[in-house]
This record gives sequence, structure tokens and C-alpha cells, in this order.
Amino acid sequence: MNRKIALAVLLAAAAGSGVAQDKVLRVVPHSNLSILDPIWTTQYMARNHGYMVYDTLFGTDEKSRVQPQMVDKWSVSPDQRLWTFTLRDGLEFHDGKPVTGEDVAASIARWGKRDAMGQKLMSFVERMDSPDPKTFRIFLREACGFVLEALGKPSSNVPFIMPKRVADTDAFKQIEEYIGSGPYIFKRDEFKPGDKAVYVKNPKYKPRKEKASGTAGGKLVYVDRVEWNLALRDAQAQVNALAKGEVDVLERPAFESYEQLKKAPGVVLVTKDPLGFQYMGRFNHLHPPFDKPKIRQAALAAFSQEPFLRAQVGIKEFYKPCASMFTCGTPYGSAKGSDVQSKSNMRKAQELLKASGYDGTPVVILKPTDLAAIQKLPDVGAQLLRQAGFKVDLQAMDWNTVVSRRAKKEPPSAGGWNMFFTAWVAPDIWNPLTNAAIGSAGEKSWFGWPSDAKIEELREAFARATDDKKKRELAEAIQARAFEIGTHAPLGEYVNPLATRKNISGWVIGPGDIYWNVKKN
Amino acid sequence: MYTFIARRLLSTIPVLLVVAVLIFLMLRLTPGDPAAILAGDAASSEQIAEIRKSLGLDRSIPVQFGIWAGNLLQGEFGRSYFYKMEVTQLIAQRIEPTLALATLTILIAVVVSVPLGVIAAWRFGGWFDRALMGFSVLGFSLPVFVLAYLLIWLVSLKLGWFPVQGYKRLAEGFWPFLHHLVLPAITLSVIYIALIARVTRASVLEALGEDYIRTARAKGLPEARVLVRHALANAAVPIATVIGIGIALLIGGVVVTESVYAIPGLGRLTVDAVLARDFPTVQAVILLFSFAYVVVNLLVDLSYVVFDPRIRY
Amino acid sequence: MDPQALSVESANIARHESAWQRLHRHWSVRIGGVVLALLVLTALAAPWLGTVDPTLFDAASRDLRPGQSGEITTLDGEMIKHRFLMGSDSFGRDIYSRVIYGTRVSLLVGIATALLALAFGILLGLSAGYLRWLDGPLMRVMDGLMAIPAILLAITLVAMWRASLITVVVAIAITEVPRVTRLVRSLVLSIREEPYVEAAVSLGTPTLKIMFGHILPNCIAPLIVQGTYICASAILVEAILSFLGVGLPPDIPTWGNIMAEGRVQFMAYPHNLFFPGVFLALTVLAVNILGDGLRDTLDPRMARRV
Repeated sequence: MNRKIALAVLLAAAAGSGVAQDKVLRVVPHSNLSILDPIWTTQYMARNHGYMVYDTLFGTDEKSRVQPQMVDKWSVSPDQRLWTFTLRDGLEFHDGKPVTGEDVAASIARWGKRDAMGQKLMSFVERMDSPDPKTFRIFLREACGFVLEALGKPSSNVPFIMPKRVADTDAFKQIEEYIGSGPYIFKRDEFKPGDKAVYVKNPKYKPRKEKASGTAGGKLVYVDRVEWNLALRDAQAQVNALAKGEVDVLERPAFESYEQLKKAPGVVLVTKDPLGFQYMGRFNHLHPPFDKPKIRQAALAAFSQEPFLRAQVGIKEFYKPCASMFTCGTPYGSAKGSDVQSKSNMRKAQELLKASGYDGTPVVILKPTDLAAIQKLPDVGAQLLRQAGFKVDLQAMDWNTVVSRRAKKEPPSAGGWNMFFTAWVAPDIWNPLTNAAIGSAGEKSWFGWPSDAKIEELREAFARATDDKKKRELAEAIQARAFEIGTHAPLGEYVNPLATRKNISGWVIGPGDIYWNVKKN
Repeated sequence: MYTFIARRLLSTIPVLLVVAVLIFLMLRLTPGDPAAILAGDAASSEQIAEIRKSLGLDRSIPVQFGIWAGNLLQGEFGRSYFYKMEVTQLIAQRIEPTLALATLTILIAVVVSVPLGVIAAWRFGGWFDRALMGFSVLGFSLPVFVLAYLLIWLVSLKLGWFPVQGYKRLAEGFWPFLHHLVLPAITLSVIYIALIARVTRASVLEALGEDYIRTARAKGLPEARVLVRHALANAAVPIATVIGIGIALLIGGVVVTESVYAIPGLGRLTVDAVLARDFPTVQAVILLFSFAYVVVNLLVDLSYVVFDPRIRY
Repeated sequence: MDPQALSVESANIARHESAWQRLHRHWSVRIGGVVLALLVLTALAAPWLGTVDPTLFDAASRDLRPGQSGEITTLDGEMIKHRFLMGSDSFGRDIYSRVIYGTRVSLLVGIATALLALAFGILLGLSAGYLRWLDGPLMRVMDGLMAIPAILLAITLVAMWRASLITVVVAIAITEVPRVTRLVRSLVLSIREEPYVEAAVSLGTPTLKIMFGHILPNCIAPLIVQGTYICASAILVEAILSFLGVGLPPDIPTWGNIMAEGRVQFMAYPHNLFFPGVFLALTVLAVNILGDGLRDTLDPRMARRV
């Protein structure tokens, strides 16, 4: 008799556990997660990890407007030098301690040492403090026009808020503790690099009332666990796994996969980031032949965007040429000064090159072989340059070698380079301060090291400008000058829709890879 | 016997030492810079220099080797540059899938290939023998990834028998574990079956020509008994040898198979670590593989004593 | 010339002739040889076999099925019509041209690797077998090299240098050198006990002359056999390296590269994997069959064992 009861209890328990089974969202992210400190590195996977675990003071919505996130109210003094922020009620770190102004001040200070825009902001900051646990203040030396844009910055490095004891870590060392106040809790004991990363729902998270939009609005969590599958990286295997329902989401499928994904039953494509990405070709301004503006102009003229987009993306509805160095369809997106590239053709490029005094120095192009999203661009670039009359040396290597090589300032013959190609997510380039490629402070600027006093002056003025119209004018002037000296070649924009099972819904529109608000039925 | 084991064990030390030096030098002469990779896309040259210093990569190569070798002697393999984790811990996470895949592969290969080889030798020159020899050459010639895709397409997608990718740990249950592992193991075992079947066939063939077999047959022993008890027993040594040699082959196959089936094992770890210039991890994993190779060959040597009583040390 | 050496020479010649005749009769040597000869012809005649520049692409012609027609713009800006016999890849390159030109690369990799590995293996093996003081240290290094799994060693070596034809060949050859060295050394050790070698030594023949004049010729048969296996394995390893993304630069058309690029859309456009896969398997098969035949006829001792 006793045994029977025991059996019944067991059966009931088994049935009960079946009903209350955890809802697990099985995600295939776009790359491997290796570094867990989103302030220390600019890698997008670290940023995405950051959005799971941490919260931000401000967010940027799908219309690229900055909106409060952890902040409840804020005010600015009439001289625009004192900013006061009040935190929302009920903000709590995963270890149960409340979020205070002290935590915020320490976090912003650490971010300000690493991030390009953060460093710019810090050059205006006199000091930061926290008069009471719910308040955070920034004192500026002089008025500055991008305080909110910086704090609501949606992409790397994002000013995530960490506990003070973590944020006090040296900015040049990686943090060792992964505790935030965000919508998910990182399961450190289940993290297996190269295999999987696990996040569970933060039951104490208090979302905002507004609808989720971009990185702003209410971060509601409808699943119990999110599992990032870090092992599944073969494009064909990813498609097979999604088609068979072994995983729920492919974050950024390879472009070649879409044809199969469109046909696969039970699979839908979602363009959750309509602003998407921009391709870019970067010239090295230190060494011949691209040390001469006229030769860079000839290359720009040869770089019609369509061939790049057609070869790399290939799917008409996923790409569009864009004449702006800032993202098209955002406040600073304009075609100003782009005629040299956008209204040009191959014959013009050949004439420009002849007139430039090009002496036949080969262009060393770095080509990554293991990054599907950009690996065809160098081939297209090489073919176009050859057609324009350049000599080209296309060098293939893995992406990590590209990353090491491009940091080298030596001439191409001594391990340096002349050109590489990359892609940027919209928020990284949509503003003259965040756009690393446009910075022209010589050897201090981003790989390629353009040097132009006029651009730097204009960017300084942009940082100080507080009026929107004035900012737009300055951004246009910066872009026109950048095309004139040929800092880099914008190569068009594309979207990379995610592929998911039909029973998954609720994707938040906006840049970045965000897993709140997502429902699984 | 014991002195033999001791001598063989001692002789592995210089081999591992050579491996250690070779791998270390190879990695330090690589043009890739772990610091630049770690720093991310928008990092400045100063930030990269800072990281390089913190990793100790700014020191001279002999000094770096001294530090590494010193730590190694104390049993410390160092920390992965990328994963903020002890390399030993990283390897511990990844060793199960690779070990499971290798074991199952060898198991399948031996169970399938030895009988095939014996039958082929028994029916020497017949259609079965010819077919097997043809298959075995084909097995050597087909790249493992082409085979993998063909099997996935046929067995997983068309027939739906097995999952297309992934690995389930043994702790998650034996059946799911086996279900995920069978297809990769079959893929990998094909080349092994080809190899072992050939060797078995040749050795059994040789044994069948010996006098004692003729004696056994003349005594009227059943053919199966002759084949298994006499011919096969004498073929055990070459078969054991070829398994030992094949370990290196197997490890190469594991790298590709893990890549196609998305199995988080050591093979994938090595490729990722090489590409990311994660020196401590690459050094440790290659040392481990080399150690495994040496140990397996040691075991093979010892197995001669068991299989062939004529061999004495 | 002493009479003994003469008789050895004539015996050698006699053996050679009969070996040649046996070779001719052996079916697997014939099949392997004919297929390989055809492949070599294909490689040499690649430009005249209706191919276009295998690196040239045009996005307008991407992902064409085998037999479809499309356009390609040449470097001079000229538009040419082309029929894609084996279809096109996701760049719009002609798979047929790439496969045909890929024959060159794969054969070159196979043969160059075999020759390089043999050359170094012979040099090291002779030295180790003949120079007692070198034997110990050299063989320990070889043991160490052999203990490192070949693929991992090749991956690391190629990642270490800039990937090119030379680095890939050298990297694969390095993984094969220890085996050749061991083979040569063991042959040397057995041959040097032969009476005619001992005779030559006692006559005061210089060491180098003994090594290259007396010992090496007797190693040739097993080395040719070994060379064919290295060739087959090198072609496969090159494909695997390319497949893992650490092989030859992707703009060089090799079978491995074509398959590595095609794997992304294996299900949608299997022709990207099918044609180079068939060529690869066929070539390796031919080399292996040839190797088996050579072994059966040239080196009967080995034939009985494997």
C-alpha cells in the first residue's frame, strides 16, 4: 500500500514537473562569447552579454531618440553645467543590494576611461557625485551637447551600470564578477566558453511602464532561461538545426542561408534592426599609395557601392547604397560632399588615377577568411581597384590576424597594410563623435590614422554645440571634408534579419541583439 | 617487464619536452598578436600595448619560455588569455565530448572492421574481398567533411533518425548522449574501418598460410574456430599497432567532425585557440594530445605482451 | 670495379626490368596511372578547356545552376557571355573553371609535398641511420614531431606564416617528414648489414658515396610507394585546411577552397561541393590505387604486411 502511494506521488511529481517545465530560448549568437567585460572590449558579443546582465541610465529607442531607462527624472541647470539624475524606485543588483548613485558614478567613471565618446565626455566633466543614494550628478566645466547621447549610447562601449566594487576595477583590467541589475542573471557556473552561456530571468527586475523600443522602454522577460549556443558555428549546420527545431533563433544567419531559411517550414525571418549595418573600406593614410589624397579620391571614385553589396549581401531587399558616412535615415545622414564617390564611375576613376601620379605601388588589402559577413568585400575591392588601374596584393588571413595587422603602423613591406574592410552597426557611426573612422587626429585616431586639423576642429565644435540645427550643419561639414580628404569609403548599408521559429515572437525593434520582451509559445 | 615499462615511460619525457619547445617556438613566431585581438575593434594602439604588457608578451622569448616551463613543472598550465579561466579547467570542460567521440568511433570501427577483414581473408580473392578492398580505398579518399554532409543530409534530414548537430553530456542521460553521438562517430569511423579492415585482412591472410593453421584444419576443427582462435589471435598485434598509429589520424578527424556537428570538444577548442592566438591554451592542448598519443602507443607496446606470448621483454 | 659490386649492379638491372614488366601488367597501376595522367593533362591544358579566369566574378551571375548561362565582366571592362557547365558560386565565379584550375593546385600540392617530405626524410633518415651520434637526438625530435597530431601541427604552422602555396606545402610536408625519416633509417639499418655494403666499407669507400651510391638505390622502391601515399594524404589535408579556413588563400582556386565556400549553401546549391568533391575523391583514389599497385609490384615485402 505504502509503495502504491509513493508511486502515485512520484507520478504526480513527474507530471507536475512536465507542466511547469522551464521556457528556454535557445539562441545561436553571431559569434563566440569570450570576454565578459563590455567596458574593457568593444566586441559586440560582450556588449550583448552586457545588455542581458546590466541596465543603463538611458536607452535609445527605435527612432534613435534617447529615453530614460534607470533614470526616473533628470534636470539641467540653466548654464547647462550641472546635470542631476534621480534613479527609479526598486532598482536592485542580482545580489540583492540596491543600486545607488555611488554605483552609477563609479561605473560612468570606468566607462569614461575606455570608451571614445566617454573619454570625450570626461574631457568636459569637472566631477561626478552622489549626494544621496538615489541621486547622481555631473558637474561640467563648460556646456556640452552630448551628455544624454553618451549616457544612452546603445552600442560599444555601452555605459552599463555595475556595483561600485566591480566598477572600481582598473579600467585596463577585466572585471571578475558579473553582477548587474539587468533583466537576466548570468549563470556563471553554467558558462562554458565555446559551448554555451546561460542567463536566467531576474525575478526582481522592475521594468519601466513604456513599451520596449530599441534599448529603451520596459524590459519584460517572458522566458525562464536564455541559452546561447556558442558551439554551433557552421552556417549549414545552423540552418539544419533551426529547420529541425533544435534551436529557436539564429541571430545573424549567413546571407547564403536565407534562400534555404525562406523555404524551411516553421521558420520566419524578422528584420528587428531596420537601420542595420554599414560597410566601409579603410585607407591607410600613412603609407603610399594611399598617403596621397588624390589617389584616395581615385579609389573612392572606383568604389561604386552596388558591386560590393551585390556580391556580399546579394539579396536585393536586404541592402541599399547610402551616400552618407553617418547612417542613412538618422538625424545626421546626408549625402553632402559624397559626389566624388556616389556620382562617379570607372572611367572617372581611371582618369583620376592617371592624373594623380600613381607610380604602381601595389595596394596591400587584408582579407579575412573566417568572417562571412565581410569576407567578400576585399575581393570586390581588389577587382574594382584593378579595373581602375591599381596594382593590388590581396592577402588572405583569419580575422584575428587582420585585427593584429591593422594595428601596425609599419609600411606594408614590413608587415603593415594599405586597406581593409569592415562593417559597423548603425549607432557606432551615426554621429561624428562615435564614428571612429572619421576621427582625424593623426596617429591617435583609429587604424588608418588620417590627419586633418579641419575635421578635428569641426568635431570639437560639434561636441560643444547644443542646438540641433547647428549640430546637423556641423555634421554635414565634417562629412564633406571627410570625403574631400578621403578618410574612408562608405560602401552601403544592409540589414541582417534574424531567423527564428514561428512560435517565437515579440522582438524589440532597434539596433543590437536584445532578448527581453521575447515570447515563446 | 617492469623495467621495460619504466624505460618506456622514461623515454616519453624527451618526446614531450621536444613537443613543448616546438609548440612554444611556433606560437611565439606567429605574426598574430593576442593583445590586438583581445582589445576589440575600436581599440587604440596604446590600449593594445597596455594589454600586451599585462600578458607578459613584451618580454623576450627565452624569458617567456622560462616562465612557462617553470609553471609547467609545478603543474600549472596557465590561464587562457581569452576566457579568464585556468586552461586546465577549460580542458576539463571540453574533454568529455572528444573522449566520448573517440571511444565510440574506435568501438564502432573495431566491431565492424575486424569481422569484415577476417571474412575478406577467408574468402580471399572473392567478390566480398574485392568489394571490401574497394571500399577501403574509397574510405581513405573521401574527405571526412564531405562524408559528414552526406550523412547529415541522408540520415538526419531525409530519414530524421538523428539530430543534425550538438552534444548531450553523459550526465543528461545515456540515450540522449548516444543519440547525439552516433552520427559523428559513424562519420569518423569510416576511415578507421577502412584502415583496420585492410590490416586485419592482411594479417589473417598471412596467418592462414602458416603451418599450424593447416594442422588445425587437418585436425578437423570447425572453420570459425580456426579463423577466430588461431588466425585472428595471431593478427592481434598488427591490429593493435594500427590502432595506435591511427590515434593521430583520429585526432585530425575529430577537429573536422566537431566543427561540422557543432560538438564543443577539444578539437574545436584547439582551432579556435590557434586562430585567437590563445597561446596558453594551444600549448596545453597540443601537449595533451601528444601525451595521449604517446600513452596510447605505450599501451599498444604493452599489449604485444598480452597478445603474443612469444614477445618477452 | 670489384666483381661483387658488378654483379649487384646487374642484379639490380634485372630486377628493374622485371619490375617494370610487372608494373605494366598490374591492373591497379594501369587504372591509377591512366586517371592520373588524364588529371595531369587537364591541369596542363586548363586554359584551353573552355575555361575563363577562375578568379573573375560578376555578382550578376551568382548561384547559377550547372548548365545555365550568364555574364562575366573582365578586368578590361568587357562583358562576355559564358555557359556555366558546373554552375557558379556565390561570387558568380565559374565552378568549372575553378575545378579545372584547381586540378593544378591540388596536384602541385600533392606532388610538391611528397617530394619535399621525401627529400628531407631521405636526408635525415640517411644521416640518422649512418651517423651514430646524430641518431639519438634526431630521432627524439622526430618522435616529438610525430607525437603532435598532423592536422593540428599543420593548422598551427599555416596560421603562423602567411597562408600561401609554399607555406601550405611546407607545413604539410613537415608533418610527413618523421615517417619518411623513420622508414629510411630502418632501411639503412637493415641494408648496411648486407654483405656488399660491408664490403664497400671495408674497401674504404667514402661514407657519402656509400650512402648515396649503395644504400639509397635500395630504398627507392619503398620510398616511391611512401611518396604516393604522402601525395594522396597531402591533397586531402590541403582540402581539410581550406575547409577549416586556414588553408590556401581563398582567391586561389583549390578543390578545398571551392568546397569551403560552398559548404554554406550545401543544401541549396550542392554543385559547389559535388564537383570539386568528385574530383578530389577521384584523384586521391587514383593516387592510392597507384600506390597499392606500386607496392604490390615493387615492394613485395610490404605487400604481404598491409
